[in-house]
Amino acid sequence: MKGEIIVETEDLTKKYGSRTAVDHLNIKIEEGEVFGFLGPNGAGKTTTLLMFLGLTEPTSGRAKVIGFDPTREPFKVKEKVGYLPENVGFYDDMDARQNLRYIARLNRISGEVSEKRIDYWLEMVGLSDESTKKVGAFSKGMRQRLGIAEVLIKEPKLVFLDEPTIGLDPDGTNRMLDLIHSLSREKNITLFLSSHLLDQVQRICDRVGIMINGNLVAIGPIEELAKNKLGLDQQDYTLEEIYMKYFKEA
Amino acid sequence: MHGILTIFRKEMGDHFNSLRFLLISALIVMVGVIITSMVGMAIQEELKGMAKPTLIFLLLFTSTGKLFSFVQFIGFFGPLLGIFLGFDAINRERVSRTLSKLVSQPIFRDSIINAKFLSGVAIIAIILVATVLLISGLGIRLIGVVPGVEEVSRLIIYVVISLLYISFWLGISILFSVIFRSAATSALASLAIWIFFSFFVSLGASVLSDAVAPVTQTASGVDAEMLIRHERIQRLTSLVSPMTLYSEATTTILDPMRKTTRTLVLMGPLERFSMSRFQNPLPLLESIFIVIPHIISIVAITLLCFGICYFVFMRQEIRTV
Ligand SMILES: Nc1ncnc2c1ncn2[C@@H]1O[C@H](COP(=O)(O)OP(=O)(O)O)[C@@H](O)[C@H]1O
Ligand SMILES: [Mg+2]
Repeated sequence: MKGEIIVETEDLTKKYGSRTAVDHLNIKIEEGEVFGFLGPNGAGKTTTLLMFLGLTEPTSGRAKVIGFDPTREPFKVKEKVGYLPENVGFYDDMDARQNLRYIARLNRISGEVSEKRIDYWLEMVGLSDESTKKVGAFSKGMRQRLGIAEVLIKEPKLVFLDEPTIGLDPDGTNRMLDLIHSLSREKNITLFLSSHLLDQVQRICDRVGIMINGNLVAIGPIEELAKNKLGLDQQDYTLEEIYMKYFKEA
Repeated sequence: MHGILTIFRKEMGDHFNSLRFLLISALIVMVGVIITSMVGMAIQEELKGMAKPTLIFLLLFTSTGKLFSFVQFIGFFGPLLGIFLGFDAINRERVSRTLSKLVSQPIFRDSIINAKFLSGVAIIAIILVATVLLISGLGIRLIGVVPGVEEVSRLIIYVVISLLYISFWLGISILFSVIFRSAATSALASLAIWIFFSFFVSLGASVLSDAVAPVTQTASGVDAEMLIRHERIQRLTSLVSPMTLYSEATTTILDPMRKTTRTLVLMGPLERFSMSRFQNPLPLLESIFIVIPHIISIVAITLLCFGICYFVFMRQEIRTV
């Protein structure tokens, strides 16, 4: 195993009225891993992420992110944790560089350091040539890459990405995932990505957790889940099959 | 503090680059110049061959001329200016899906509201000060009178009170921009509040005072005590309205000849000139003393509105859907 626990929950629960969006979630994520948080729409993935950032309060239970309780010390969490919301937006009348600069300033990075980092991250996500274009004119893929740059500019230890490939075509999805993967390996950033697209994301994940109707029904490396739960031994299983099986049980 | 400063800077940039700011400034400057020219020339005419009355400079702002006075214009347009600057402050970021990004940065959530409010206040201050300076400059040329210390002090107090008053409306519209997701809804809600205070409070005040202390005609005429009670209830009720607070405060400051805060008599500038030869204006210090409760009330309702705004926004869950 890789190292210290960086995210930990204890019976984390969120109810909206009578509806339970997240039901007694217990999960442990280790430093440096790439974790896929999978499940269909409405499973409770976004709600879980919001609780990790202190953006919504759990109904009961606790979460600990990089050692802090996000409900009590959201500021400490947000300093070191990056979060890319689902379908994130930008200031469309500003260019890519101005958008990045604003986020950098909000993270207390300014002056020369900020400009250097902006150059670096624009290069890393392949937007150097588009840096002075208004973001309103960006394609979906470019926006998503700019989102990644915005999340990484604060040099976080841990990154939550909510549906990072949503709206991208298969080719764009693969390139996006490769980018995310290589960046996180290079910088040793713990990755926690949520998705309802199962077989695409599994490729880059060390472990996955499967959420259905607010319940975490399985967690572990994909091979293990396939072998233990499905009795599949051949190489060509897909997460889709595993997922269908759990879905029927649930 | 850091977050407030960063957001404040961005918001100021946004304001200055917006068509909205350009239009508002153009409108106010235009109206200001037109009113002042008309009033200035009228005063010039009427003053020919007469000794200049005291505090004549303030008449530039309070004389109605053929249309309305600058003070009346700000009293009417000020709330709209505040609403215009704030009605989409928060929901704009919600619709463009930048709000979730903003609240997940290491800043305190209230700094978003504070920065947006403060940048609006700064814009209002810039517009007010610039317009008053412009009118003063124009006025000095037109009537050839340089304002004295007291006139300048009164004008400064007037600008401060107006700034507070318009900021109250800015606060109201920012509150609605937190509550409502659609900018149109929040603009309409702010306008509804404005109409309510403009028209219905004074109506309600007279209905209430009629109900509580009806003035009845008796054989010996109207009972004076009853009339006073009636007036007092009407006055206290209408003080609920920020409009009443504002107009009473500015009248007291800019029109020191008027000894009461009530608009009982309507006088033209000439009548006032002649009156002023026999009367002494209310000293500055006493005028200030009278308006302090008004100022405190305006600040208090602004703070109340802010309190609600914090309460709603701090607990709000922000999703990008
Ligand atoms: N503000 C809300 N009020 C009521 N129900 C909500 C609210 N937000 C989310 N939900 C419900 O909670 C469940 C989980 O939603 P979400 O976490 O967004 O799912 P996912 O991100 O996995 O698609 C859904 O069934 C959704 O309808
Ligand atoms: Mg979601």
